[in-house]
Amino acid sequence: MHNQSHSSVAWRLIKTVFSFYPVAMPIMVVCIVFNAIIGSIPSIFMQNVIAIIEQNWEHGSWSSVSGEIMSLVSILIALYVLALISSIIFNQMMAVVSQGALRKFRIKMFDKMEKLPISYFDRNPHGDIMSYYTNDVDTLRQIISQSFPQLLISSLTVITIFGIMLYFSFWMTAVVAVGIVVMLYVTRKIAGGSAKFFLRQQNALAKEEGFVEEMMNGQKVIKVFTHEKQSKQAFDEINEQLFSDSRQANKYANTLAPIIMNIGNVLYVVVAIFGGIFIVSDVQNISFSGLALSVSVVIPFLNMTRQFSGNINQVSQQVNAVVMGLAGARRVFELLDQEEEKDEGYVTLVNAKEVDGKLVPCKERTGIWAWQHPHKSDGSVTYKKVEGDVRLIDVDFAYVPGKTILHDISLYAEPGQKVAFVGSTGAGKTTITNLLNRFYDIQKGKIRYDGININKIKKADLRRSIGIVLQDTNLFTDTVLENIRYGKLDATDEECMIAARLAGADDFISRLPDGYNTMLTGDGANLSQGQRQLISIARAAVADPPVMILDEATSSIDTRTEETVQRGMDALMLGRTVFVIAHRLSTIKNADVIMVMEHGRIIERGSHEELLKEKGTYYQLYTGAFELE
Amino acid sequence: MIKTLAKSIREYKKDSIKTPIYVSLEVIIECFIPFLIASLVNDIKAGTSISHLVYQGIFLVILAGISLTLGTLSGYACASASCGFAKNLRKDMYYNIQNFSFANIDRFSTSSLVTRLTTDVTNVQMAYMMIIRTAVRGPIMIVFAFVMAYIMGGKMAFVYLFTAPVLGLGLFFVMRKTIPIFKRVFKKYDNLNSSIQENVKGIRVVKAFVREDYEMSKFENAATSVTADFTKAERILAWNSPIMQFCIYFMMIFVLTVGSYTVITSRGMDLDVGQMSALLTYSMMILNSLMMLSMVFVMITMADESSHRIVEVLNEKTTIDENVDGIKDVQDGSIDFVDVNFAYSSHAKKMALSDVNLHIDSGQTVGIVGGTGSSKTTLVQLIARLYDVTSGSVKVAGIDVKEYNLDALRDQVSMVLQKNVLFSGTIKDNLRWGNENATDEEMQEACKLAQADEFISRFPEGYNTYIEQGGTNVSGGQKQRLCIARALLKKPKILILDDSTSAVDTKTDALIRQGFEKFIPDTTKIIIAQRIASVEDSDLIIVMDKGKVHATGTHEQLLANNELYQEIYYSQNKKGEVLDA
Repeated sequence: MHNQSHSSVAWRLIKTVFSFYPVAMPIMVVCIVFNAIIGSIPSIFMQNVIAIIEQNWEHGSWSSVSGEIMSLVSILIALYVLALISSIIFNQMMAVVSQGALRKFRIKMFDKMEKLPISYFDRNPHGDIMSYYTNDVDTLRQIISQSFPQLLISSLTVITIFGIMLYFSFWMTAVVAVGIVVMLYVTRKIAGGSAKFFLRQQNALAKEEGFVEEMMNGQKVIKVFTHEKQSKQAFDEINEQLFSDSRQANKYANTLAPIIMNIGNVLYVVVAIFGGIFIVSDVQNISFSGLALSVSVVIPFLNMTRQFSGNINQVSQQVNAVVMGLAGARRVFELLDQEEEKDEGYVTLVNAKEVDGKLVPCKERTGIWAWQHPHKSDGSVTYKKVEGDVRLIDVDFAYVPGKTILHDISLYAEPGQKVAFVGSTGAGKTTITNLLNRFYDIQKGKIRYDGININKIKKADLRRSIGIVLQDTNLFTDTVLENIRYGKLDATDEECMIAARLAGADDFISRLPDGYNTMLTGDGANLSQGQRQLISIARAAVADPPVMILDEATSSIDTRTEETVQRGMDALMLGRTVFVIAHRLSTIKNADVIMVMEHGRIIERGSHEELLKEKGTYYQLYTGAFELE
Repeated sequence: MIKTLAKSIREYKKDSIKTPIYVSLEVIIECFIPFLIASLVNDIKAGTSISHLVYQGIFLVILAGISLTLGTLSGYACASASCGFAKNLRKDMYYNIQNFSFANIDRFSTSSLVTRLTTDVTNVQMAYMMIIRTAVRGPIMIVFAFVMAYIMGGKMAFVYLFTAPVLGLGLFFVMRKTIPIFKRVFKKYDNLNSSIQENVKGIRVVKAFVREDYEMSKFENAATSVTADFTKAERILAWNSPIMQFCIYFMMIFVLTVGSYTVITSRGMDLDVGQMSALLTYSMMILNSLMMLSMVFVMITMADESSHRIVEVLNEKTTIDENVDGIKDVQDGSIDFVDVNFAYSSHAKKMALSDVNLHIDSGQTVGIVGGTGSSKTTLVQLIARLYDVTSGSVKVAGIDVKEYNLDALRDQVSMVLQKNVLFSGTIKDNLRWGNENATDEEMQEACKLAQADEFISRFPEGYNTYIEQGGTNVSGGQKQRLCIARALLKKPKILILDDSTSAVDTKTDALIRQGFEKFIPDTTKIIIAQRIASVEDSDLIIVMDKGKVHATGTHEQLLANNELYQEIYYSQNKKGEVLDA
């Protein structure tokens, strides 16, 4: 990821929001401009009114000036009404746009995330991915809805006021300008320090969060080892660091406003005194208006000075939000710039029926699936029945270039066969299954599915034809029934229940408080690991795929329950090509062929009986003379 | 609730009191400045001498300097007070959690505790900062600005009595409408994030079932619903700014018309030009204060929910009395269960354990078997007093466990939990949990006994190998053996292994048990296992079923006459396939 500068991130953010709302954004900008300018011009009216008073206050006759003053005030009222209308429009639109932009960002990020390859999720800690949604997007809210508009308003106001100042008097403007430069310098200094410590505070907070998470997870271990005292000490250290960083950050932030405001006050006094000096000493005024220096010029000047410093104060209050918002935006764009999973497959999965001994594609579900294979060379389309014949030929694979995990893997699984893998952790068993459904792509060799190179098959269709049950079950917040239906979205309730019965899950599900309609939350936290595995087996069963991968699918089911599930599992595996990975040898004994893997190679292969006769590694494993890790 | 929270202010009480004092003084001076400037302006108009102007100017600059000093002091005190308060809140929560019993821990999920310690505390910290600073500043500013305006402008100051309520009422209605929406939407928002988390964790399932589009549309709906609520709230909030602008505009026009009328008709007696502009300044001060106060209310509402969640943790009382003055000496490792009944909560319909009567001699090896949910774990947890019995009693060395000092008891009853955790740190760091002062030799000895020494010494950095958070860089079997070694280092009188060798192969498993017999013969060893092979040669085997002791006896006795035991045994050792190791 190339490192983007602050300004390029800011530009991209603005451009993205504009592209979300191509009509609303320009309207809003117009409203802001209008509002900012109107906000600055009352000083002109004030000058006029005061000038009138100046000339007339001594004779005390209201009627002689009321006409003049009232017409000025009416124009002002008209302008104010317009400003109010534009302000209402702007604020209402901003509410819609800022929230809408966040929504679009979230959806964009989520869509992107779903399209990223598995390797992305394997590489990045899940906490980091979550943080895009929980922390980074939220920082965008303030920068979009407040910081950017505020910056725009303030800079416009400052420019307008500066123009009006010049209209009144060059000399006075010069005095204000010197003050502003001082103010900007101080703001830069303090706000810079403040931003630095705010980022530090964020880091300290993240550190404390990580620590607390680890400790809360192991709280029972802490209790068992009466380790409370040490745990408190370690916490205090981290907590103290967070305290000192956040105190520092807040000290800066808290003092910024009084400092700016009081520089404003001093500037106010200085302007007043210089005004007085200029008037008293009768300095020749230079201005666009050609007005002579008088109280009626100095008073609006004083108000403009206040407005000036007020705006700088407003901007300085946004500095932290901008720094954090841009850091958040940078991370969000980093996610959005990730490369998506590529799919160049063109062979698709279709429903088919046999007409006159030939396969013909059709819309309805027939139970027969076919590979629709368009041939680029002659434009013809052939159909091939999906049977579940899987072959790996001389496959090499590495997650990280140079660190080959699998060497020369060749294996054939005929339709309906059960192929088992045994071997230590890291031997490459799960890696093989990762290659079959193309979570990762092989570097060398071939994988053929019903004789077709799997790279030619559309990934979605390839995966649809391979059911998978993993050791770490992942269930979703929904009812048990919907979790099973996840395997096949258009499955009827009946079909789901049949699948549950097949998986041996029906028994415990019917004992849950609401049976199949029991809500599962927090990844099925209210179920035991074994029960969750049964549900995920049912989920795969309802999908009814020709090929199945069971990766430690029954590891948490106790042996006695496994016995009872076994019949269902056998029924589930019947007529499918099945790849089984299991630690427990009893689970794989009846496989057609067992592959014993070590360091990414297949070192033994054969049926249970054959391997026992061989008296090799498998024999040792089975008799307990060798250990799996 | 506030009382409970306030207890955590402690050493930051001084700063918490200083802040509003500084703020009040700062506000008073701030209110004086426009007043003085008004007279300065009038002096300019009257054409006073420059030296007089400069004197006045210097006086004003000094005032600004004092105001700045007070502002800085209040800013510093406020940062200390609020950050310190937050620090103490986190500390008090964390310390109280350390006192939680297992029953307490079961009530809170890890993620909810993490949120309470981080996000919730941050919310309260922000609210506290606003309360001691902005909430003090606002009302004082309003009162003083009004008083000053009255002194200068007389009746004209009463214009504030019109505009301030308009703004106040407007803000009040906005708040009343938005607060309930915010409360509702934050819950929805949490759900949205937890559904993202499910997707991140379950991405393999999503991709394997080709459910990317399905998940996307599900997410889009959820996100849209959250946005709809947020937008609704924000659109109401968006009225704040126009209402404020309306009041400012009204005030400007009022001062310009009525002000100039007053100046002219009274020939500058009731009001002069300088005062007129000061009036405008005061009006801005008052309106700004109202605006700030409304922000304080928003912050307090947001912090309200968080405070409740924090107080829940602070007020959680441990369910187990530590019995600090209890017996500190555990004589031996004998265990008795006398008419023990146990339920996890007082309103549970079913007892997790009922009518348990057992006697275990010191130094015996005891195996416990039984199906999932037969309360094997529950049974052994009572020995280390991780939970208290509902009725009956559990005795260690003939004395009720409640009579012991809790720490002393747990030091002698070492338990290897089923769901075990290693912490980030070196292997040595982890082992030292068992005994802080363990020497390298002692550690190696324990690891040898747990059959861990062999693989540890194969690591390039041996005992200094860094274990990642959650022990992700060691295999399941290795992790289990490290956990056993850690428990052994305590040199306990009773050692409990709760399914702690499930990922260890049968041979190593046997070696561990043999080592126990040989090197720690006087320690009572209780082993819960799935595999019959792991308990076969125990002195006593307890078969648990549905929360009851189904049978006890030796392997031979049980195999001869207990049906359940036979069933378990044959499910693992099919006839004709039993191989001798």
